[in-house]
Amino acid sequence: MEKSKSLVDRLNAVNEYEQQPIPNNKLKGWRSFLGTYAGEHTAGTEFVIGPLFVAHGASAIDLVTGLLIGNILAVLSWAFLTAKIAVKTRVTLYYLLEKIAGKKFTLIYNLVNAGLFCFLAGSMIAVAATAVGIPFDMAMPQLTDVYPNSMGWVITVFVVGAITTLIAMLGFDQVSKFAMVASPWMIMIFIAAALAVLPRLGVTEIGSFWSVAESTIWTGVPLDGQSKFGFWHIMFFAWFCNMAMHIGMADLSLLRYAKKWEQGFSSATGVFLGHFIAWIASGILYSLFLIESKGSLTFAPGPIAYSAVGAAGAICVVIAGWTTANPTLYRAGLAIQSINPKWKTWKVTLFVGLFTTIAACFPALVMRLLEFVALYGLILMPVGAVIFIDVYLLEKLGLKSNYAEVKGVKLNWAVAITWVITLSLCVLINKLFGVEIFFLGLPGWFIAVVVYVLASKLIQKK
Amino acid sequence: MKLLLKIISFIGLGLCIVPAILVFGEHMEASTCKQLMFLGTIMWFATAPSWMIKKEVPSDD
Repeated sequence: MEKSKSLVDRLNAVNEYEQQPIPNNKLKGWRSFLGTYAGEHTAGTEFVIGPLFVAHGASAIDLVTGLLIGNILAVLSWAFLTAKIAVKTRVTLYYLLEKIAGKKFTLIYNLVNAGLFCFLAGSMIAVAATAVGIPFDMAMPQLTDVYPNSMGWVITVFVVGAITTLIAMLGFDQVSKFAMVASPWMIMIFIAAALAVLPRLGVTEIGSFWSVAESTIWTGVPLDGQSKFGFWHIMFFAWFCNMAMHIGMADLSLLRYAKKWEQGFSSATGVFLGHFIAWIASGILYSLFLIESKGSLTFAPGPIAYSAVGAAGAICVVIAGWTTANPTLYRAGLAIQSINPKWKTWKVTLFVGLFTTIAACFPALVMRLLEFVALYGLILMPVGAVIFIDVYLLEKLGLKSNYAEVKGVKLNWAVAITWVITLSLCVLINKLFGVEIFFLGLPGWFIAVVVYVLASKLIQKK
Repeated sequence: MKLLLKIISFIGLGLCIVPAILVFGEHMEASTCKQLMFLGTIMWFATAPSWMIKKEVPSDD
């Protein structure tokens, strides 16, 4: 039945209930959310983030405690912020944003989102390319690389990018189904790879793990040219790496199907499998690589996983990268298509795929993934703050919520001003006080709240 | 048939984790583990789509 659907039908299916609240008989239970979150958060990025913590000199105790607390805060954000609003409004982020901020703002937001999606997909194409290049003895990128280091790398990235783009153009349904099938297997491979290499690190019984973890795996010493990560870096990164989804409210689209807001807690499966076990596992693999390569600066998840568990590891890197890149590319295409719905989806996706593949040629996209992920969340965060205030506070202050819809305007300047001022002040805090990007989300959220309330008062008085 | 496919899938998934546990306990060579994990991978992907995709988006309603 699904196979016979045209692309237009599939696109229509994606937009189901986008312009209206979800009917009661379409709501989903716990099992659906537990599975979705577990699958979504064990992805290609996990092969990069865990090793980058090692490269940034995280200590074992900082890593474990930082991840535990950060992940708990992320789950609480999903439940108390996103899920509560999702259940209250039962519409997508885009529809809610259109009512609050207007069509013009939503268009700009979509474009920014699309650009960020492209870079994220690009980094995953690059990750997959490191595994595809193994049989060809391709020169792998280095931790300090910004530009492509060989023609072989560029060709491999283009091959992976072309296949990813082609599939995004033709078979999104099949990819999402394949990703669902791959998810439990990927989690197994992550855990198995880490377990299988532990004896090579000197761990032969569970009791000796912690001492090896402290002395050999997460030593607390950053690699040359890498900044030092402490507890706060890890905690804030774990909390904010999906900031766009929880505090930024992108997951309203998913959680609006929840029967009750408590189902937001099902995000725990995603963060504790993907952002705890998988990050720790990939960190262990990278640590072993560093020891056996005598501190090589090569940074290539493909060969690292292949060395640990053979072909299954390399396949896991390709599938993880590909299943993350593909839907991301597709979403970027849809976001750009919103500028002009008459544009053919396949043409937009082709253009987005080409742009993404060119970006993927630059290894800096992978090597600076931590900073990029933090930036991604930060850029989209003010919109989440606006939605939170609009839903809970504005009417209590005697102001109108859903202002753009009520007044019939295409651009609610209060939202635009909030976005620009919040991000400008975050840049200022970063430049003047040296506050790193990983920490800016928290003050940024409060800035956005204050600016939106003041701007709304000013604009709605006119 | 569906039950058989499920059993093969879960044996495949088991082959992706159990050998690694045995390597950790120094009861198995790493090379054998790699071969078994590859076999498990093939078993999983050859069988799991047939029963997992049909049960897509399970509803608790």
